[in-house]
Amino acid sequence: MAIHHREIGLSDQTAVEIYRYMFMARKVDEREWILNRAGKIHFVISCQGQEAAQVGAAFALEKGVDYLNPYYRDTGVVLVMGMTVRDLLLSAFAKAEDPNSGGRQMPGHFSSRKLNIMTQSSPTGTQIPHAVGFALAAKYEKKPFVSFVTLGEGTSNQGDFHEALNFAGVHKLPVIVLVENNQYAISVPVKKQLACESVADRAVGYGMPGVSVDGNDPLEVYKAVKEARERALRGEGGTLIEAKTYRLTPHSSDDDDRTYRSRDEVELAKKQDPILRYREYILSQRLMDEGKLAALEKKVMEEIDEATRYAEEAPYPEPESAMLHVYG
Amino acid sequence: MAILSYIEAVTHTLREEMKRDPRVFLLGEDVGVRGGVFRATQGLIEEFGEERVIDSPLTESAIVGVSIGAAAYGLRPVAEIQFADFILPAVNQIISEAAKIRYRSNNDWHVPLVIRAPYGGGVHGALYHSQSMERIFAGNPGLKIVAPATPYDVKGLLTSAIRDEDPVLFFEHKRLYRSVKGEVPEQEYTLPIGKGDIKREGSDITVISYGLTLHYVLQAAESLAKEGISTHVFDLMTLYPLDKEGIIEAAAKTGKVLIVHEDHKEGGIGGEVSAVIAEEALFDLDAPIKRLGGPSIPAMPYSPPLEKFYMLNPDKIAQAMRELAYF
Repeated sequence: MAIHHREIGLSDQTAVEIYRYMFMARKVDEREWILNRAGKIHFVISCQGQEAAQVGAAFALEKGVDYLNPYYRDTGVVLVMGMTVRDLLLSAFAKAEDPNSGGRQMPGHFSSRKLNIMTQSSPTGTQIPHAVGFALAAKYEKKPFVSFVTLGEGTSNQGDFHEALNFAGVHKLPVIVLVENNQYAISVPVKKQLACESVADRAVGYGMPGVSVDGNDPLEVYKAVKEARERALRGEGGTLIEAKTYRLTPHSSDDDDRTYRSRDEVELAKKQDPILRYREYILSQRLMDEGKLAALEKKVMEEIDEATRYAEEAPYPEPESAMLHVYG
Repeated sequence: MAILSYIEAVTHTLREEMKRDPRVFLLGEDVGVRGGVFRATQGLIEEFGEERVIDSPLTESAIVGVSIGAAAYGLRPVAEIQFADFILPAVNQIISEAAKIRYRSNNDWHVPLVIRAPYGGGVHGALYHSQSMERIFAGNPGLKIVAPATPYDVKGLLTSAIRDEDPVLFFEHKRLYRSVKGEVPEQEYTLPIGKGDIKREGSDITVISYGLTLHYVLQAAESLAKEGISTHVFDLMTLYPLDKEGIIEAAAKTGKVLIVHEDHKEGGIGGEVSAVIAEEALFDLDAPIKRLGGPSIPAMPYSPPLEKFYMLNPDKIAQAMRELAYF
């Protein structure tokens, strides 16, 4: 890790909590793949490889105060903001209790008004103007919160990205835009997606700072988002942050990434796995020893087991409930 | 009671609702300093300030998308799309997002948003300043589409739209802005979204219409009355969800139905209205359901004779009404 956690104001305990959430996000994801391959759930879209960017960023936000427009890989973000493993599994199984949509949406389409997480659709980029709308509301109501939105690098080519960032820039709105650059938009690599070197380079066009950080380092991402949040609250407007990551899984459970990238490339990326790297950091800083860390991991696994059991047994929505909530 | 033009009724209602509720704000292209290219928001930036009357960048998708975020937070945005023709970049935000947010979040989030859009032709606006865009949005549950024809209806329906908890598309016919005047009560009132209105009682034929052509229908009905033909005129007012009961009742009243709109006949709202009648009122009919609309060309051309060829008028409508009466 390039930065020490205490240098950026994080306690030893918080540094460990960051690990716990990263590990939890990874393991829920892995559990969903097993359930998918066993034919128990229909769809998975992964966060694997992006946990450091997600959890690092979310720790810099204020729960219940800031508003979120996450995208479909942001398991790490929503867990930190208060969604539970059980909530995620209820969504994976599409059960009635799924807090995101009552089983109406695919997994990964997060939503919770209680947790200030705005509902998303599948067409990419549509959430960015929404996030700017929340930021506009902060300025309109003179309320001290920021609006946080995430997306992939492919989505930074969408018209909504440019329209929204320009709108935010013109009105100096308190929005933090985190691009999780995982190198692929399904099969199309970043070099066929972006005409510029880095997504962060685009910020100059919107009159806001653009920052590029190592997305495998939760502390570096935390620091960038924390600074962006302080800037936003000072009334100085938005920030575009690019976290460079790597997607370790196929795009979704319906994708086969062997058709477009080599196994050597994926194996090499696995050596930079943010979970392994950050685990090393925890041990090297003596924040925990191997035994305590293993106990923490075991406890997370028990929570996932329990949530899986609960979600699998939970009832599906009543068929006729499909007719509800078209209008208020 | 004041006599207001159609566009004055828009401005009056926006002002009244902004005074009533501090959460109501306006955004769109040129809505502030210029007061709108049609002047629908004239004077409002002076009265309410640039925080509440926002001259937005030229970005239709963001105008709607930002409004969705602000509405989900709890504000009451009234967005203006300068010409309905330019709404297409925002269609993804309207149909994929605004229409589905309540549903997809299982009633957790909702977007009380109004999108105002001047539509329609007969104003020398050529292809891209004359279109009727309502067909694109009709049939999308989660959306409401309103198209009033009179200043009185503008106030009642725009007030309801702003107070509605769901997204409402509010289509204002450009040709009506300054050509139609009417009594508008000073006090607040609302008209129900989803209900049509009988604009003329009659017994021989029923004509169903909305917007500019409703006025042409009323003029045609007046001249046909002199020929001894009595016309029942039903104004849809809300284009989605349709007032099915009102439509069926109006159709059954005379048994002879003509649906008139400026939009292309093919694929327009009239197709859905006639389907409602065919499904629910077949045995009340004495003649096939007829539709009169624009020709099947991409959009309205510019040159005056071409525009005139496209547009309906009281004579064209009267002819269709006569044919139906004598069927």
